[in-house]
Amino acid sequence: MTYTFALVGNPNSGKTTMFNEITGSTQYVGNWPGVTVEKKEGKARKFKEDIEIVDLPGIYSLSPYTMEEIIARDYILDEKPDVVINIVDATNIERNLYLTTQLIELGIPVIVALNMMDVIKSREDRIDVEKLSAFLGVPVLEASASKGIGIQELVEKALEAAQSRASANSCERCKMLDDAIEQSLDKAEPFVALPARQKGYNSRWVALKLLEGDEKLQEKLKVPVTLMEDIKSFRKELEQKYDNDMETLIADNRYRFISDVVAKTVKKNNKGNILTLSDKIDKVVTNRILAIPIFLILMFAIFQVSFGALGSFTVDWLDSFINETVGGVIKAWLEAGGAAEWLRALIIDGILAGMGSMLVFVPQIMIVFFFLSLLEDSGYMARAAFIMDRILRKLGLSGKSFIPMLIGFGCSVPAVMAARTLENEKDRRLTIILTPFMSCGARLPVYALFAAAFFEQNQGVVIFSIYMLGIVIAVLSGILLKKFVLKGEVAPFVMELPPYRFPTIKGIYIHMLDRSKDFVKKAGTVIFAAAVVIWFLQSFSFSLQMVEDAGESILGFIGKAIVPAFAPLGLDDWRASVALLTGLVAKEVVVATLGILSGVGAAGEDSAELAAALQTYFTPLKAYAYMAFTLLYMPCIAAFGAIKREMNSWKWTFFTISYQTGTAWFVAFLIYQGGRLLGLE
Amino acid sequence: MSRTLKELKPGDKAVVKSITGEGAVKRRLLDMGVTKGAEVFVRKVAPLGDPIEVNIRGYELTFRKSEAENIIIE
Ligand SMILES: Nc1nc2c(ncn2[C@@H]2O[C@H](COP(=O)(O)OP(=O)(O)OP(=O)(O)O)[C@@H](O)[C@H]2O)c(=O)[nH]1
Repeated sequence: MTYTFALVGNPNSGKTTMFNEITGSTQYVGNWPGVTVEKKEGKARKFKEDIEIVDLPGIYSLSPYTMEEIIARDYILDEKPDVVINIVDATNIERNLYLTTQLIELGIPVIVALNMMDVIKSREDRIDVEKLSAFLGVPVLEASASKGIGIQELVEKALEAAQSRASANSCERCKMLDDAIEQSLDKAEPFVALPARQKGYNSRWVALKLLEGDEKLQEKLKVPVTLMEDIKSFRKELEQKYDNDMETLIADNRYRFISDVVAKTVKKNNKGNILTLSDKIDKVVTNRILAIPIFLILMFAIFQVSFGALGSFTVDWLDSFINETVGGVIKAWLEAGGAAEWLRALIIDGILAGMGSMLVFVPQIMIVFFFLSLLEDSGYMARAAFIMDRILRKLGLSGKSFIPMLIGFGCSVPAVMAARTLENEKDRRLTIILTPFMSCGARLPVYALFAAAFFEQNQGVVIFSIYMLGIVIAVLSGILLKKFVLKGEVAPFVMELPPYRFPTIKGIYIHMLDRSKDFVKKAGTVIFAAAVVIWFLQSFSFSLQMVEDAGESILGFIGKAIVPAFAPLGLDDWRASVALLTGLVAKEVVVATLGILSGVGAAGEDSAELAAALQTYFTPLKAYAYMAFTLLYMPCIAAFGAIKREMNSWKWTFFTISYQTGTAWFVAFLIYQGGRLLGLE
Repeated sequence: MSRTLKELKPGDKAVVKSITGEGAVKRRLLDMGVTKGAEVFVRKVAPLGDPIEVNIRGYELTFRKSEAENIIIE
């Protein structure tokens, strides 16, 4: 027999920890169809029965407003898991039980896992579990996910419920709603019985939801209009009687019931109003004066470690390991075997370098996500949003977008991935589109080269102005896109500030590993394929001859063909456009390509020879337009892969790179033509 | 005139009477436990003056002043 249990609970209730405890290493992380919300599945360990555990998104309610809520609700209603395991944070019981009161109405057996009981015990608070279970009409079990306590019992109990096919929770004791509402439900229920039965939904729940005016459900059940008229008249009656709208009435009723239950079952050991450790930390961290400096110092430190010595050391090491050590071995082996030149090139410069261009990001992703999970698990992330909200709201973003933006100055790949910490889909998409405008480390060599060649006196100012240009373009784009593309109701900023907790090493480790695996598996294929394609295009001519000079390759041909498109930007030399194409592999490659095409070999950004060569086909104004274009046009293929992964949609991915490239063209155009009008050269 | 939560200062306490407005913001506030009879304690205002942090039903909740304006208190 196979059973399916769904884990449902509020964010921060310990759901992930519980899931990991139950499933161990059997988990599989995917996506819910069509959206970027993560779907985790796994098998319960230590049971001979086949038990599939599905971790549903963390939610506060089943009211279908957020994507997470819709996913969770649809899953429970349509996939009908055998049991719903509801993780309830015992230290925040009132709000957590609100979801419970909704789950028990769905007609699927529910088991409540009262998590974080270790904290309750250490506080010497008391919860009468038996009484709570009687009030809710469902089994309630104590647990402590992070300590591994109560897990086995929980799964056993769920199995029992599944095997006995315990019919849905008949909760007669839990008189949650007012008599008048119950009576309306009695009247409405027969009306909806048919559409509810067709889908196998609990008819009383359907009646309640339609009475509340749930349009999503109405659409789903295709409730006839005439029938809705009747339901609406019931609603009108109630709303008039209470002089309040139905949504408010039902929520009030639920919370009133919960307050009552909590008063009867929870005894707090209130030793006066002592400040908890969490309160004390918060007093400093969100202090009026200290909050922003602390935030900035933290961000600076994270940035330094990720992209400073440690980050670049690991990247360089891995790069040379793959390309030199492994590459050297394979090369020697191929040469010994007498492989043809094109085959050697394919394996070493195509496939191996392609793999390398993906794998070099892994250490950095791990470092960045080490810090991100530290921020997230400790509870600081929510505070960061709280502190920064005011500034980022102006761009139509929320406070949490700050972190991906900042990481963008290091590397767009982990930055785009970091956008996943944003719950709201529109905010997340916007953040992904804007993050690559933050000038990443790989673009600096390009600026350094041009600044040295054309702006010798003001190198620092020129480079700084390019960085600022990226920020300004991001701000303007944010306002613009929010107004025309990602428009719609402003997502409410109503957010829980979870108590500070000490992050567990295990939690962080799992998080880091998950992200890296996910990157290699999901983004990796795209990056690898793109790298091999570009390698092919720049190494072969149309007659499939291998060429040394990229200018004679297929890519060179394409680069020459698109020169007219760049002419209005002043970039009328084919070498400039070809270098932009090879720059898609990684933006610093622009420098090397310019070197080769200018006939000075693969020069570095500080080569005086290359600078002199560039002066023959660039002017300072053209150079500045070129730098701006390099900053803004679509990011490298690795970032492209990450964008595809995080957008989880080709349409949005292509929109993103088209928007970026379009913006680059337009800005470079303004710079060049504007500069000319001002008489610059 | 009814008083809204926006008028409170850090350290003030109040009891929620009702929520005005509609749509996602209202629903979200209701779901988070900002319902009739709930006690709110205004803990602090963010360093830049917005949003605010309150304690309600034993946990910490934050929302913007524009949202606090929708919360009528007794
Ligand atoms: N003291 C204690 N801490 C716990 C327990 N279970 C989980 N935690 C901690 O609570 C925090 C949140 O746990 P998660 O498992 O990430 O919670 P979640 O519900 O998955 O949260 P989201 O990922 O935000 O949806 C982590 O820091 C855990 O270590 C527990 O039983 N006792």
